[in-house]
Amino acid sequence: MLGEPPCNRGGGLVNKAVIQLTTPLGDEILALHAGDRVELSGTVYTARDEAHLRMKNEGIPFDPKGAVIYHCGPVVKDDKIVAAGPTTSARMNTLSGFLLDRGVRGLIGKGGMDATVREQLRGRGIYFAFTGGCAALAASHMTLKGVHFPDLGMAEAVWVIELDRLPLVVGIDAQGNDLFEAVLEHAQRAAGPGQRRECT
Amino acid sequence: MHRGETERLREALAAATYRAMREAVIYLPADVKQAILHARASETHAVAEGEYENIAKNIAAAERLGVPLCQDTGVPVVYLTLPRRVPFSPVLFDAVAEGIRRATAEVPLRPNVVDPITRHNTGDNTGTGIPAVHVRPGVRFTVTVLPKGAGAENVSRVVMLLPSQVEKIEEIVVGTMLAAEGRPCPPVVLGVGIGGTFDSAPALAKEALLQPIDRMDVFEQKLCDAVNRLGIGPMGLGGNTTALAVKVKTAACHTASLPVAVNVQCWANRHATVEVDW
Repeated sequence: MLGEPPCNRGGGLVNKAVIQLTTPLGDEILALHAGDRVELSGTVYTARDEAHLRMKNEGIPFDPKGAVIYHCGPVVKDDKIVAAGPTTSARMNTLSGFLLDRGVRGLIGKGGMDATVREQLRGRGIYFAFTGGCAALAASHMTLKGVHFPDLGMAEAVWVIELDRLPLVVGIDAQGNDLFEAVLEHAQRAAGPGQRRECT
Repeated sequence: MHRGETERLREALAAATYRAMREAVIYLPADVKQAILHARASETHAVAEGEYENIAKNIAAAERLGVPLCQDTGVPVVYLTLPRRVPFSPVLFDAVAEGIRRATAEVPLRPNVVDPITRHNTGDNTGTGIPAVHVRPGVRFTVTVLPKGAGAENVSRVVMLLPSQVEKIEEIVVGTMLAAEGRPCPPVVLGVGIGGTFDSAPALAKEALLQPIDRMDVFEQKLCDAVNRLGIGPMGLGGNTTALAVKVKTAACHTASLPVAVNVQCWANRHATVEVDW
């Protein structure tokens, strides 16, 4: 799949059956392929920059075995999730390895992650993409179950959320296939040699 | 203006700011919804079609439930137009901040505003210099709110080109999107500010985002086509539309300067304008 122009890959995938998954995740995820559509049910834990740093320094406040981390800072009111779309996963590129080492099997976010995380996922975990900005849709698939580190504030705390069939796409699979990377290679070629995507 | 009138002005502007903020974070402008529908209809890439399906469902869910489209309800950027009869005074700034605090508690909005160094969160989406309030004369007394999310703001940029590099403007616009990858929640709207000074070019770029996106001039269309050739697509997962639109605003500049700013905006190009009842 890598190297294939992403815009010409249309067709079959949309008609493929949506795969149902429930947490905690096990070895069934090793058979997933980048581009597969998935609906995820069960418990997920939100975590952004501050929560990752806290967990790295003080320990993970939940059982990480088969767990799924959601890169998200929700809007919560009266113990209900009001809005809970994904945040930019790349900010957690250097902060995810220890979670996978402790047994976390899934990461959900937007925008993809770097080659380091791609390698850390190999043979054990999946990066799921959820559509950025779709916070109202996400909230309609969620029930709030609890919170860790509430002192970090609404956006940065670890919220414990029960999902009911949240619609996701496999962005990076456990074989190292990465939809985002394939798209970026195409974009780099389209932009020409004068443009380098690293030059932010 | 006597005290009763001042209080009435404060309340009218605070109420209008609240209404504009609430409308902006829940309901997308019609031209933006139309552009997304058009992008969805012309998409041929399977994964992208799934992304548009989620986006369409999300827009409908936000409207149905009366909740924000996106949990990043942004930082408030506010534009006021004042007719001659409205006095310019600190009351205007206090009233706008009051409206934002009210919206934060009641819509609700996520408290996003922090001290830049200590990172202490003020809890009510106001702080030093926030809301950013831009005031100019106008025929009607209006408040426009543009809640700006961080994902797209963080990949925006300003470049000081040389006067001889006018032809490089397209390269800057395309290069900004290439470096942004899927992070700003494409399909994006790009506001491009050209000219002015180092500080005013980004302000122009942001104001460009307030323009209707259902029409582009020849230059804007050329920039938009160039960005779309990247194929980044919705959420960086690949697709035909990377930018819904590119909008340009220009200002005169120094003969030795060519400032170019690109303000990236996510597909949720949120903004709303309310007339102040005063």
